[in-house]
Amino acid sequence: MKARQKRLMFVGVAVVGVGIAASLALTALNSNIAYFFSPSQVQAGEHPTDAVFRVGGLVVEDTLKRQEDGLTVHFDVTDNAEIVNVSYTGILPDLFGEGQGVVAKGRIGTDGVFYADQVLAKHDESYMPPEVEDTLQTAHAKGVVETSTESMPAASMPATGQTVTQ
Amino acid sequence: MIPELGHFALILALLLAVVQAAFPLAGSLSGNRPWMTMARPLAYGQLTMIAVAFLALTQAFLTSDFSVLYVAQHSNTLLPTIYKISAVWGGHEGSLLLWVLMMAAWGAAVAAFSGNLPLTVVSRVISVQGMIAIGFLLFMLLTSNPFERLFPVPAEGRDLNPLLQDPGLAIHPPMLYMGYVGFSVAFAFAVAALIGGRLDAAWARWSRPWTTVAWVFLTIGIMLGSWWAYYELGWGGWWFWDPVENASLMPWLVGTALIHSLAVTEKRAAFKSWTVLLAICAFSLSLLGTFLVRSGVLTSVHAFATDPSRGLFILLFLCVVVGGSLALYAWRAPEVSDGGRFSLLSRESALLGNNLIFVAFTVLVLFGTLAPLIYEAFNWGKISVGFPWFNKMFLALSPFLAVLIGLGPAMRWKHDEPLRLVKTLWWALALAVAVLAISALPMFNTKTLWVPVGLALAAWLLFAHIAIVRERLRNKGGLKRMGPAILADLRGSGRSFYGMVTAHVGVAMFVVGVTVLSNYQLEEDVRMSPGDSYEMAGYRFEFLGAQQAPGPNYMAQRGEFNVYRGDRQVTKLYPEKRSYMGGGMPMTEAAIDPGLFRDIYVSLGEPVGSTGDWALRLYYKPFVRWIWLGAILMALGGGLAVSDPRYRLAGAKARKPAADTAAATA
Repeated sequence: MKARQKRLMFVGVAVVGVGIAASLALTALNSNIAYFFSPSQVQAGEHPTDAVFRVGGLVVEDTLKRQEDGLTVHFDVTDNAEIVNVSYTGILPDLFGEGQGVVAKGRIGTDGVFYADQVLAKHDESYMPPEVEDTLQTAHAKGVVETSTESMPAASMPATGQTVTQ
Repeated sequence: MIPELGHFALILALLLAVVQAAFPLAGSLSGNRPWMTMARPLAYGQLTMIAVAFLALTQAFLTSDFSVLYVAQHSNTLLPTIYKISAVWGGHEGSLLLWVLMMAAWGAAVAAFSGNLPLTVVSRVISVQGMIAIGFLLFMLLTSNPFERLFPVPAEGRDLNPLLQDPGLAIHPPMLYMGYVGFSVAFAFAVAALIGGRLDAAWARWSRPWTTVAWVFLTIGIMLGSWWAYYELGWGGWWFWDPVENASLMPWLVGTALIHSLAVTEKRAAFKSWTVLLAICAFSLSLLGTFLVRSGVLTSVHAFATDPSRGLFILLFLCVVVGGSLALYAWRAPEVSDGGRFSLLSRESALLGNNLIFVAFTVLVLFGTLAPLIYEAFNWGKISVGFPWFNKMFLALSPFLAVLIGLGPAMRWKHDEPLRLVKTLWWALALAVAVLAISALPMFNTKTLWVPVGLALAAWLLFAHIAIVRERLRNKGGLKRMGPAILADLRGSGRSFYGMVTAHVGVAMFVVGVTVLSNYQLEEDVRMSPGDSYEMAGYRFEFLGAQQAPGPNYMAQRGEFNVYRGDRQVTKLYPEKRSYMGGGMPMTEAAIDPGLFRDIYVSLGEPVGSTGDWALRLYYKPFVRWIWLGAILMALGGGLAVSDPRYRLAGAKARKPAADTAAATA
């Protein structure tokens, strides 16, 4: 009887512990997740105005501008349908480039500019973040990309295995 | 010709694996001795075939045979020879080949060093390993053949990802895979025991050293990966909670629970079915990790260009392995008798607490890693889980774990008296409280309560283990003769004990490193012109400008820095920004002045403006080395524990230890 009570106690403690831990974990999770929105969704106003979220797509050619003094850069991100202006202060990742896929994390300002505090670019030439790929496909499916694909051929064709770039 | 030979060797290895999976197991069930004796030669044959395939691929890399697609994608004639070799596992197909090679090596090691085990057990273990080998070889041959030819043959290869052209990468994956695959041995022992219906202390004793060795490799592998990310990715972080890092951490967490639970099963014959379940989980999580990395379902810095059919295959394989082993478990585990009883205050309880916390860690990491997939599956949107969440979760549980680690080894098996514990540990507790009080004083400029808490927990871990060692040597001459007594103990039966102490002191070091680093590190993105100086953490960084500097297969911009502390020059640093010729990929090579108490870290961002200005990252990283030194101590402790003569595989011609083993088995 005594051993059984002990075991019940162990199980009870474990269940209560797991319950508390799980509820705390889920509560904490809600304040730490960042949803992803495509430029089209942002322009349609689907994004949150008071929370951190992520926006991703391709960096539009000839839009990357660095402020003459300081470390702030501006660039445009597109899903080949709509465009979002992004501002970021800091050092960009090595593989960041015009025509490349990026995901930026931050908040949107009242001026409509997305102020990023983190910019992720891919780490392998033939790799495209899944969200960005999805976004491009969605835009493509809506038939809005014909005009813009010509201006960025490199981006819409992820490098295949065999291409030797140089 | 040679690539075809390698391909052929892989096919032969698959056929051998089928035989290996079927005959020794069937023999062990029907009592057919010749079939059982096939197990060892088959394991050696398996290793030989896969080694041939591996050498064939290495040869293709060394001779830059770009008619092989995989070589053309991951090598280049300009690549230095050492990286041509490490490029063999620099991509998906080759790293799989390395995986099966490791797996075959573990199988052969089991065959070679299991002289004291009953033949039925050995043949079952090797059979189970054969089954896993079938899965991986099929996967390679069907979806990811490294020997696939390319036509027309390109004149030049595409080059290895520059991030991977580094000595750290040359050893990180092999170590990690040794750990991952090593858990397949623990898994095979568990499944073999379930098949035989015999789960006892002897089983735990056999599988314990194997599990510990796998855990040691995994510890070193993760440590190397963290160190590599720190200096190679140029962000100066040591852990990012990236899905792939999490994938290696989960088996480690469960593996840590497993080696502790095995101790209980061996010493007290308790927790038996739980231990088996952990062994199954450890390997299943290794497979899940492989799935996450290979399928590209999650955004990760490690993601390879992926192919959905590969993900599907691994998912199916994962279902077969997990489903099959859990079904076997459900069928057999209820027959396992319950182990020894224990009271609330006993080492068993402490180890149970350890297991619960480690499993909780694993569940948290698993949930955080899979949350984006779960959200997407339910159409709740595309999310990413920020690393603050993981940090918060681990911070919430770690203090309990640290307290337990100090208490557990001081406790006796089965039942202990509170008074005796207090007598052993009171001064360790007092010192820890003193550290807490002193480090909380305002003069130390403590920003958060976490600093004193972390330091006090580390002090508790250290002093509690000194107290535990003292207690063990109480009857052997007291404090004065502690040194010689420890040495004598090490020659005798004390190695697993001191292994445990070493590993736990490693935890203390790790805690100090994480606490100090995360609260006192400084990171600045700055813009500097040649001749500018920047002050940070008492150091003055003087930027002298950046020059062109050619490398063997890249062109670099090399920055030059003088670092001063007061008037004294501490070091000169040369961070580089490289552009690789093969793929034209840019790459940041940070310059680090390492030290036991602080690292100074400089990396080049990008040139700004037209006057030679650069965007730069300057980091001050106090105690960062303690994180990896702690991990090294943990691994050393594991190694010391395995070398305990208790596990020495004495075979038939044995002297005392074998008799010991026999007594324990009986």
